Amino acid sequence: MDLSALGACLTSPACVVTQATSGLIVGMLLFLVAAGLTLIFGVLKVVNFAHGTFYMLGGYVAYSTLAATDSYTLAVLSGALAMALFGVLFERVLISRVYGSNVLMQLLICYAVVLIFDDLVKIVWGPEFHAMGMPTAFQVPPLFIAGGVVPPFYAVLIAIAALIAVVLSLGLSITRFGKTVRAAAINPQMVSALGVNTTLLFAIVFAIGGGLAGLAGALAAPVRSLSPGMGFSILIESFIVTVIGGMGSIAGALVSALLIGMVRGFGTIGFPRFTDGLIYIMMIAIQILRPQGLFGRRA
Amino acid sequence: MREMAVAAIALIVVLAIPLLHRSPAFEDFIIRLSAMALFATSLNLLVGNTGMVSFGHGMFYGLGAYAFALTMQMTDLSLPVAAALAALITTFAALCVGAICVRLSTDYFAFITLAVQMLFYSVIISWQSLTGGDQGLRGGIPRREIFGFELASQLHMYQFCAIVAVLGLLALRHISTSPFGQTLRMIRDNENRASFLGVVLWRARLWAFTIAGAFAGLGGVLAALFVSGAYPELADWPNSGQAIFAVMLGGINSFLGPVLGAMILLALNDVVTRFTEYQGLVLGIVILAFALGLRRGVLDFLKLAWLGYSR
Repeated sequence: MDLSALGACLTSPACVVTQATSGLIVGMLLFLVAAGLTLIFGVLKVVNFAHGTFYMLGGYVAYSTLAATDSYTLAVLSGALAMALFGVLFERVLISRVYGSNVLMQLLICYAVVLIFDDLVKIVWGPEFHAMGMPTAFQVPPLFIAGGVVPPFYAVLIAIAALIAVVLSLGLSITRFGKTVRAAAINPQMVSALGVNTTLLFAIVFAIGGGLAGLAGALAAPVRSLSPGMGFSILIESFIVTVIGGMGSIAGALVSALLIGMVRGFGTIGFPRFTDGLIYIMMIAIQILRPQGLFGRRA
Repeated sequence: MREMAVAAIALIVVLAIPLLHRSPAFEDFIIRLSAMALFATSLNLLVGNTGMVSFGHGMFYGLGAYAFALTMQMTDLSLPVAAALAALITTFAALCVGAICVRLSTDYFAFITLAVQMLFYSVIISWQSLTGGDQGLRGGIPRREIFGFELASQLHMYQFCAIVAVLGLLALRHISTSPFGQTLRMIRDNENRASFLGVVLWRARLWAFTIAGAFAGLGGVLAALFVSGAYPELADWPNSGQAIFAVMLGGINSFLGPVLGAMILLALNDVVTRFTEYQGLVLGIVILAFALGLRRGVLDFLKLAWLGYSR
């Protein structure tokens, strides 16, 4: 524990900007993953324990596409689209068989998928760490804001994630499709009786959720290294995000993802060994005081 | 009475095997199984009996291991005393954690137990001076002699673990068939009715959580004996996942289901590691086959098949 270092950082604008940027980047990537998780839970009432696998595969697909086409845009798009497709397959082939059954059954199936794909990644891409490298357009000197270092790539990442957050929440609240999705979250039988193909709707929701996780993985690939098993830690964190924010709430996911990002950004200075612990304490406190989460509705 | 007889026969068979044929691999297997069986069966007291899905049961397994290993290293207490102390510490910890968690509904209960376990895990990692951090607690456990058991010898360790595990399972069986165990089952099936009948739900759940934690701690003691130390992995979440998987694989509605599940899981791990480094792939496919094919644990499946057959 090093509270004096934390105090020193908080009084220097340069340090605040640097740590806040790294916190923002963690938070925004986490939001993309958690938004998919919370969307799938909100509509399908399925806790997708395999969500980290989508994130991991998105990163690897982007890595291979970049190697093949040398285009970073294509790489990100392919990561997101491939995972949207994978989401549909996963939902149709596996998850749709256990709708309505015990949460343990869903857990078991997702756990199996995690194990299988961690090993498949090892077989296809090898067990070693891969670094994707920064896109050439961003290999420029960093911006300096109030003396703090902000790599331009980070700024773009944060902007993309923020854009998605806006599109997602507007899409859910304004468009006809968004309204149908929200109605299906409350009463799928009634929506189905009104003539909406809910099977298709559920598959699309899974595609969006999976695509978001794949997008996050592809966007994160230049910042973090790729390794089999990288889905595990992001899964746990995005769970914490959804639980703190409220299961099923996109706004809650955004707020709590940023909260966790900031705790990570500044916690590493004050409590370098106990940053994880801080986050767990936060989650436990929320669960005791407000079990439905910050933005959740009581079930 | 029938349980006593079954336990006695099982114990005699297990203890007799090394007299006829010594196989270090088999004895190793039974030692690991005894720890895992207690761990998984205690979890099933929550999952199968009470309908409380805990994702953080590994915490008590790890705590038992650390408490026992540290007591043995830092004091001169004899082994049974240290083991009892470790179980006591775990029981108390389970009581405290349970007091926070048991009032929450199913999904949130699962998440908060996971969070508490992960908090415990990060305390282990960061409290290096006491626990050795991510390297684990090394330096071995002084293996003092007890009741003529010399735990440095594998045979005696085997006998010791088998006896502890069978006694522990017997106690758990007794609890799950007792009126208290029946109450827990009633809560699982219809908590409103149980509540109307005057059962204080949170108190019964807290008892179940505490008892389950205590026996997981006992399993942890055996695990610490086997690895001669304690490692943070024992309290990490994949370990809780293993226990859940053992419970599901064996069957949540049969008392011995988790033991069978633990047995299959350990055997599968041993066999698969011998043939391929991609054990996750094989294990995952096996899980999928079970989850989608049988849709229930092996023992539950056999029981249902038997009922259908005899009808």
